[in-house]
Amino acid sequence: MAGALPRAAPAQEQDLAAPTVDNRQKILQATMRRHQYRPDALIEVLHKAQELYGYLSPTLLATVAHDLHLPPSRVYGVATFYHFFSLAPQGAHTCTVCLGTACYVKGAAALLAALEAETGLKAGSTSADGQLSLLTARCLGACGIAPAVVLDGLVIGHADAATLRARLHALLAQPPLAEEHHGSR
Amino acid sequence: MDLAELNAIAAHERASRKPIRIACCTSLGCYASGAVELQQQLTAGVAATGRAENVEVVGVGCMGFCGHGPLVRIEPEDLLFEHVRPEQAPAIIAALDGGPCDVERGDPRHPFFARQLPIVRRNGGVIDPERIEAYIAAGGYATLYRVLHDVSPAEVIDQITRSGLRGRGGAGYPTGLKWATVAKSPGERKFVVCNGDEGDPGAFMDRSILESDPHLVLEGMAIAAYAVGAHEGYLYVRGEYPLAIQRLTRAISQARRHGLSGSQIFETAFDFKVEVRVGAGAFVCGEETALIASIEGRRGQPRPRPPYPAERGLWGCPTLINNVETFANIVPIIERGADWYASIGTARSKGTKVFALTGKIRNTGLIEVPMGITLREIIEDLGGGTPDGTPVKAVQTGGPSGGCIPASLFDTPVDYESLAAAGSIMGSGGMVVMDAGTNMVEIARFYMAFCMDESCGKCVPCRVGTVQMHHLLDKLVNGQATSEDLVQLEALCQIVREMSLCGLGQSAPNPVLSTLRYFRDEYAALLNAPSAAAPQPTD
Ligand SMILES: Cc1cc2nc3c(=O)[nH]c(=O)nc-3n(C[C@H](O)[C@H](O)[C@H](O)COP(=O)(O)O)c2cc1C
Ligand code: SF4
Ligand code: FES
Repeated sequence: MAGALPRAAPAQEQDLAAPTVDNRQKILQATMRRHQYRPDALIEVLHKAQELYGYLSPTLLATVAHDLHLPPSRVYGVATFYHFFSLAPQGAHTCTVCLGTACYVKGAAALLAALEAETGLKAGSTSADGQLSLLTARCLGACGIAPAVVLDGLVIGHADAATLRARLHALLAQPPLAEEHHGSR
Repeated sequence: MDLAELNAIAAHERASRKPIRIACCTSLGCYASGAVELQQQLTAGVAATGRAENVEVVGVGCMGFCGHGPLVRIEPEDLLFEHVRPEQAPAIIAALDGGPCDVERGDPRHPFFARQLPIVRRNGGVIDPERIEAYIAAGGYATLYRVLHDVSPAEVIDQITRSGLRGRGGAGYPTGLKWATVAKSPGERKFVVCNGDEGDPGAFMDRSILESDPHLVLEGMAIAAYAVGAHEGYLYVRGEYPLAIQRLTRAISQARRHGLSGSQIFETAFDFKVEVRVGAGAFVCGEETALIASIEGRRGQPRPRPPYPAERGLWGCPTLINNVETFANIVPIIERGADWYASIGTARSKGTKVFALTGKIRNTGLIEVPMGITLREIIEDLGGGTPDGTPVKAVQTGGPSGGCIPASLFDTPVDYESLAAAGSIMGSGGMVVMDAGTNMVEIARFYMAFCMDESCGKCVPCRVGTVQMHHLLDKLVNGQATSEDLVQLEALCQIVREMSLCGLGQSAPNPVLSTLRYFRDEYAALLNAPSAAAPQPTD
């Protein structure tokens, strides 16, 4: 049993350099306009950019720097400082294991080891086919149902290795995710 | 909006209540366990059995018993159900008539509930956090009205000072004193900032307050702004809390629509507008100067204090920064008076504190207890001890800045000074219970890894020291350390503690120091003993 959190799922990667002006660019522009292109809106804008594109490509960072009238070094510095921002594409599916204290005391390290063995991935990496990223978190605030794992935005409480393995298999057995499945949450 | 309109909303809300109420917790813990579908099934079931006339199904905030969710409570009978699955909705509805019901029953008179004193969590599990009308019907915004019309800013500050309220974000700085400093600081433009970064792993009090009663925090912030002379506010919430962000954003737009936020609130000259800022996953941003940098769109790196934010904060303007729970205490204090609040707790720690009880404990969840209660009462009476009945070994409070308190000191009362004397801190309210299966050196290494990863890198003692200390702890855990390594570890603890720029570095050695103080034998047992691989924590 799990409930989806109202967080936008990561969108599929997309080469920004391609000259297609899709509506994501419009949405990003609208966000910047709402903040009157103020430099202090940088983090808000990067949140939006990552939500739309899934990760922050160099081109995307350059666009943001240009539009907010900030030196690229400042934008890059902020993007690399915060854990939330990813400069590389993430897998179509993500599995995030909480390694916060409450989850750790309840065996999260062993859970992660089991998932690493199962997927052949090391925490923080993405499979070669781009289907799955195995990530870790520092407490999701779901400590009351520790250990907690997030599978594609769905928080799973009282997680155990067997259930997770089964759910991962089910997820990866589905046809590769198409764009419209994303961002609808 | 005027008082008559406020009262009309409250009266209408109360009048439209139905005699029987099925309350479903929809906060994160229960949410993640299927509470939303359960609520839908209950609503559909009530309609299908033709009972919609006198039965209502409402989503409410956190009831606190998160480990046993999804939770459902039926009023006025006060029946509590635990671990409810959506397909059990018909059985719950049948229970309304006293029919047979095999759903797991909870006991609302259990010490876990009975020993609590809900002040900031009084609406948690009671009102629908998504509707401002529910908050108004519970007396919401009446205090703000009274303050704006009948109480001077100086009187508000005086009340807060006399209540004895201290900051709930960890350090316990007297709130009234901080407000007075901001009020006195010269400047046309001032800010009020609510710190909802809650980075301590194992702590979820602030998330629960924001999810369960967002207007209580907003009203507290508005009163603070009036008292210190600010007209703009920010609520900084960590990005890991999407549900809290969603409910807060909704609450702010409701308040704005009702004229309770924005310009000329309650038709007075008082303006106050609030914005939510979403964190991006950096623990150090909970530190107040780093938080300010983050709101300004910069890297969240602390700067030396003084000047304190009360004098020079956001964009150089005087800024009041308080924690979520601190702001949540304001309305109850003004409503019931400083003397009432000061009568709760101990000589120097007043009121209540919310704790998140997690780890090897039977009753996992959130509790609000009066200051001065002992750790033993919390862990044994409310928490029910370990799930398998084995003895508790220690409790960790204060997260990466705190320490481990051994079971032999469980008669320590919970107040700022006593916990500090025991080698830990009150912290923001995380309490992680550990049993014999927990290796304390591993716990120390765990926290050091946390501080190492989260160090912002601005100052050398913290940036380099945490790496070195982690390396030494790693050697210890792997049985490769010598007694000189232990000496060096202790020396590093002193250096990093004294020389770091901000609280993160200054307190990073605390978990090591406190485990060394009480569990030195576990360190000693690992020295030069290559085969003594530490046991993995098991469930
Ligand atoms: C590394 C570090 C992290 C902190 N994290 C938080 C936090 O998550 N929430 C919080 O309210 N205060 C946090 N603080 C304390 C704040 O700096 C500040 O003291 C507090 O928000 C003031 O509010 P209060 O007086 O109401 O407690 C942190 C401090 C440090 C040094
Ligand atoms: S103590 Fe650590 S976190 Fe704080 S400023 Fe120094 S390096 Fe940054
Ligand atoms: S420690 Fe894992 S959710 Fe808090």
